[in-house]
Amino acid sequence: MTPTNGTGTHGAVLQDTEPEDGSAVVELRNAGKAYGNIRALHGVNLTVRPGQVTCVLGDNGAGKSTLIKIISGLHQHTEGEFLVDNTPVRFTTPRDALDKGIATVYQDLATVPLMPVWRNFFLGSEMTRGPWPLRRLDIEKMKKTADHELREMGIVLDDLEQPIGTLSGGQRQCVAIARAVYFGARVLILDEPTAALGVKQSGVVLKYIAAARDRGLGVIFITHNPHHAYMVGDHFSVLRLGTMELSASREQVSLEELTNHMAGGTELAALKHELAQVRGVDVEELPEEEDLTAPVATAPEGSA
Amino acid sequence: MSVTQHAEPAVTAPPAYGPGKETDGRTRRRPLALQLLARPEVGVFLGAVAVFVFFLVAAPPVRDGSSMANILYQSSTIGIMALPVALLMIGGEFDLSAGVAVITSALTASMVAFQLSMNVWVGVLVALIVSLAVGLFNGWMLVRTGLPSFLITLGSFLILQGVNLAVTKLITGNVATDDISDMDGFNQAKKIFASSFDVGGVQVKITIVWWLVFAALATWVLLRTKYGNWIFAVGGNKESARAVGVPVNFTKISLFMLVGFGAWFVGMHQLFSFNTVQSGEGVGQELIYIAAAVIGGCLLTGGSGSAIGPVFGAFMFGMVQQGIVYAGWNPDWFKAFLGVMLLGATLINLWVSRAATRR
Repeated sequence: MTPTNGTGTHGAVLQDTEPEDGSAVVELRNAGKAYGNIRALHGVNLTVRPGQVTCVLGDNGAGKSTLIKIISGLHQHTEGEFLVDNTPVRFTTPRDALDKGIATVYQDLATVPLMPVWRNFFLGSEMTRGPWPLRRLDIEKMKKTADHELREMGIVLDDLEQPIGTLSGGQRQCVAIARAVYFGARVLILDEPTAALGVKQSGVVLKYIAAARDRGLGVIFITHNPHHAYMVGDHFSVLRLGTMELSASREQVSLEELTNHMAGGTELAALKHELAQVRGVDVEELPEEEDLTAPVATAPEGSA
Repeated sequence: MSVTQHAEPAVTAPPAYGPGKETDGRTRRRPLALQLLARPEVGVFLGAVAVFVFFLVAAPPVRDGSSMANILYQSSTIGIMALPVALLMIGGEFDLSAGVAVITSALTASMVAFQLSMNVWVGVLVALIVSLAVGLFNGWMLVRTGLPSFLITLGSFLILQGVNLAVTKLITGNVATDDISDMDGFNQAKKIFASSFDVGGVQVKITIVWWLVFAALATWVLLRTKYGNWIFAVGGNKESARAVGVPVNFTKISLFMLVGFGAWFVGMHQLFSFNTVQSGEGVGQELIYIAAAVIGGCLLTGGSGSAIGPVFGAFMFGMVQQGIVYAGWNPDWFKAFLGVMLLGATLINLWVSRAATRR
């Protein structure tokens, strides 16, 4: 009666066999994606290393969602290269990505609201026992494991039977993160985990991001809040109109610069003089173009 | 004299850490009675009891054992189909072709066996394949096109309705199939699908047994297996389910095929209890199945429900259908009664679950 865990892809085994430090788990080289005539993403370079948080920032429509959809297997890239463990890959379903240890925590579609917490925790990778015709869910074990894993991450719930829809947004995010960590994710993609949360709950989620990083996971943290990004990030990439506007490590960029890049960056600086002629616009606080010292990713010519 | 200071903590400390001990402490346990009432199956159970008591009082013949067996039989023919329809509904879809699919299956078995002069088991097997194929078609169209299941199964409902009549007329020259009761294997098949046995002097139809067996099986699958988990997930939030690796398309298609299986089973029962099939029947039955599932507490939008609820839902229907006859009323009232019951049960369910889950 050996407990099997569903599709057999998971298990905490993967966690211990992380690659030697420094080598990238996930790498995008000049990757891009076109939907018919529309080029949503172009010339993106991104490297995710274990034990590091890579932040992807960008305004609405900058291509953040397209980027994570490529990495998580919902869409395929149409240009450039996508490497996992230095091997080019092309995922066709999210299952493929999960099998490679890439787990995505979506902002809105991470859970099934009407199902109990423990069922959500194991959904798609249920633990079963017994031989085939009588193979059934190992409910006791799943509940115990879910409870233990959630406590490990510091989440205490009264009742794992309560529908996950009754939890707060922050709690739900945390359950989703704990789930990904438990299932041996090596790379965790977080899609705007703090977007809909209050100040305190955002702090809780950021704490779990740090906890996941300390457990040796590579984290891709998608956000449009530079303050949240700067609190946990090791590397920052700013997307604008589908191309990379900035790619810099923590030492190379200050929070102020990051904020400026997010707010429109060099474009805004160029606008400064024009704005100065408009009454009522305060330009004193805006940086000059030459103040933005961080290395700006040079987009190849002919980009969107 | 030293005054021992005994400071009571202003706030009671959280309980000591220990597996299963520490709680969030913010939710209060609701009383057990309320928790039970919040379950839709309990609501429909109470409804079924109410209808039962009503007819016990209003129609004295109901108190007889053989009438009870008859009522249960009536319920079972609805109930066997209500089960897969309920599972499909929990999975977020519904099937309007379920009623005529029953007749399609019976016609297929009857005509294949009779026209080719073969053992009836050949017909039964072909009918099973046809029924599963209809389910496969519905499910495949759904996942391929992404259209609402209402539209797709409305289409197959009309197709099957037309094909049933036209093909039967084309082959037999009549609206009904020929009597197959003297063919090889008929008695054997009748034993399985349409026999009855004696319990304390009362003739009990075997479909009642099948109904309860299927209900138990469905409950187990729904609550205790991976597949059951997937049914809730694809009905509750398809996108989430897909994102965490649940085979959404497989689950949906197989649920439609399960309805096909149910249609086959009920179709075979009708064939072997009446020997012949009327090709125009079955229209309107699909709504009865759906209504039984809804009264049984299955959420029309998917993601919530049970297999045991529709058992009581089907019982309510059988009870009313036969109860009206035993009470000596005009059977035309049946449909009106059904409508009132459907609305009443849904409203009571809504009210009870709101009252019981209020926080």
